[in-house]
Amino acid sequence: MTTQARFPAASRLLHWLMAPMILAMLFIGVGMAVSVSARYDLLVSIHRPLGFAIFVLCIIRIVNRFIHPPPELPDTVPSMQRYAAKASHIVLYALMFIMPLVGWGMLSAARYPIVLYGPLRLPPILPHDLTLYARLRDLHTDLAYLFFATFLAHFAAALYHGLVRRDGVFDSMASWQRSSIGILRTVPASMQDSTYIAEPNADRYQADR
Amino acid sequence: MKPVWFEAAIVINPGTLVRLGAIGAVMLSVAAAFAYTGGALSPLRLTQDRMMAAFQDANGSHAGFRRNHAKGVCVTGWFEASGQAAAFSKAAVFKSGRVPVVGRFALAGGMPFQADAPATVRSMALRFLPPGGEEWRTGMNNIPVFPVNSARGFYEQLLASSPDPATGKPDPTRMRAFLAAHPETVRALALIKKRQVTSGFANSSFNSLNTFRFVDAAGASVPVRWSVVPVQPFAADSAEGSAEGDKNYLFDDLIAQIAQHPQQWRLIVTIGQADDPTNDATLPWPEGRRHIDAGTVTIDHASSEDSGRCTAVNYDPLVLPPGIEPSDDPLLSARSAVYARSFTLRAEEEHEKPPSAVTTREVQAGGKL
Repeated sequence: MTTQARFPAASRLLHWLMAPMILAMLFIGVGMAVSVSARYDLLVSIHRPLGFAIFVLCIIRIVNRFIHPPPELPDTVPSMQRYAAKASHIVLYALMFIMPLVGWGMLSAARYPIVLYGPLRLPPILPHDLTLYARLRDLHTDLAYLFFATFLAHFAAALYHGLVRRDGVFDSMASWQRSSIGILRTVPASMQDSTYIAEPNADRYQADR
Repeated sequence: MKPVWFEAAIVINPGTLVRLGAIGAVMLSVAAAFAYTGGALSPLRLTQDRMMAAFQDANGSHAGFRRNHAKGVCVTGWFEASGQAAAFSKAAVFKSGRVPVVGRFALAGGMPFQADAPATVRSMALRFLPPGGEEWRTGMNNIPVFPVNSARGFYEQLLASSPDPATGKPDPTRMRAFLAAHPETVRALALIKKRQVTSGFANSSFNSLNTFRFVDAAGASVPVRWSVVPVQPFAADSAEGSAEGDKNYLFDDLIAQIAQHPQQWRLIVTIGQADDPTNDATLPWPEGRRHIDAGTVTIDHASSEDSGRCTAVNYDPLVLPPGIEPSDDPLLSARSAVYARSFTLRAEEEHEKPPSAVTTREVQAGGKL
């Protein structure tokens, strides 16, 4: 059985800390952009500090990625999928970094006070300019949809690795067990015979190599 | 690397198909939840875009202008705090001293070229800029209470007062139906009708209408409403200006008065009591509430919106400094959301905006052209 190397603990921690933050951010964003309800103010006042927190964590995460490079994908992953994985990760990192900056910039151009919490505020980073605000506001929406689409692709690919290919890629990020054998790859002994051969797994790839 | 047939074998395996189906179902569910949150699956939900569409139905399309209170002028001046409100709110703006102010006078309604008329609701918006970066924005009207108490009520009132495409006039049966469903509006309109309309902006009082909360340095909070009350003496509206055919007579008078002498208002804060209504802007507070004179607003300069400093400002009622907080009034969130959408739309249309009704030349001529 091949053992797919896991992501370092710091990388897994950052990933699982930021994943719910980013998902919450996308849902809060799309909700507050249409809402006229009493929740609007609450959503906006979560969106600003959460966005800033993601920006700070994103910088830490980029530094962490240089210190702890991610494990290579297994050789069994076809080159098209490798390319797609690489491209989608670049897009995700770029969006994590750019989205908060666009938000900060657009609030600056509109001269809204950028309140994080109570007296904690961010300074404006762009001049007071309506046209600039309009461009950045539209860009913020477009990038949010791109972010959500890329997240869906990332999530689908993760499940594909975990449920269909079972090549350890899912566990390399998802598993918190000490051993490299993840929950999804732990199968009852009774299934580890011919009935299980139909399921492609790392052993099959190994045998076919 | 695996040959293509091997990849295909993975996909056509029945167990794999079930798993792929499950992944597809998960993706669909997440995408559907996202679409639902964004309002795409609920055509009846009242959204910012539906509110914008209602403004357009009522007023027509006016690129680059605010969707409501579209006709206005910019003003600047200062606020001299008395220090008396500092006992109730820790906001820097209330500590005795002088704070610059960028304001805007306007007429309610989304028609930027409507003729000035006595009965049209007048508004004053102020942006206080105390040192240290705290900021306070407030928009106030010259009516004692607001006609509706919810975003839905505002929307339905807008629809009921929109012109019928067949006649070009609002359909009275729709307004009757709206009023029958909204007794709070009937009561509020009776109070609004009773108000004494003054001769101009300069001697009008403007009221916050919504309730807010003041929070002091110790964290104690009280419900408040505020008004700016003119120092200029009262004079009843004679509608002379409108009779003479000056479509901008209210604005022209204001510009001339400011050019002649700075105009002043006192900022009066009403301290509410525990059972005063905080979540319903159609209800007045009882008489006998404590009034605090927080200071004096002085306006010494007017300019056209085409060159003024108020144009690129959204007078969002939820831009509040620490020490002023929103109440449980649902209109505050609704106003904030709708103002933000209107601000974004007019920012997008900035390049197509025609000159405002009150032009830079008109202001330079002292309000008379």
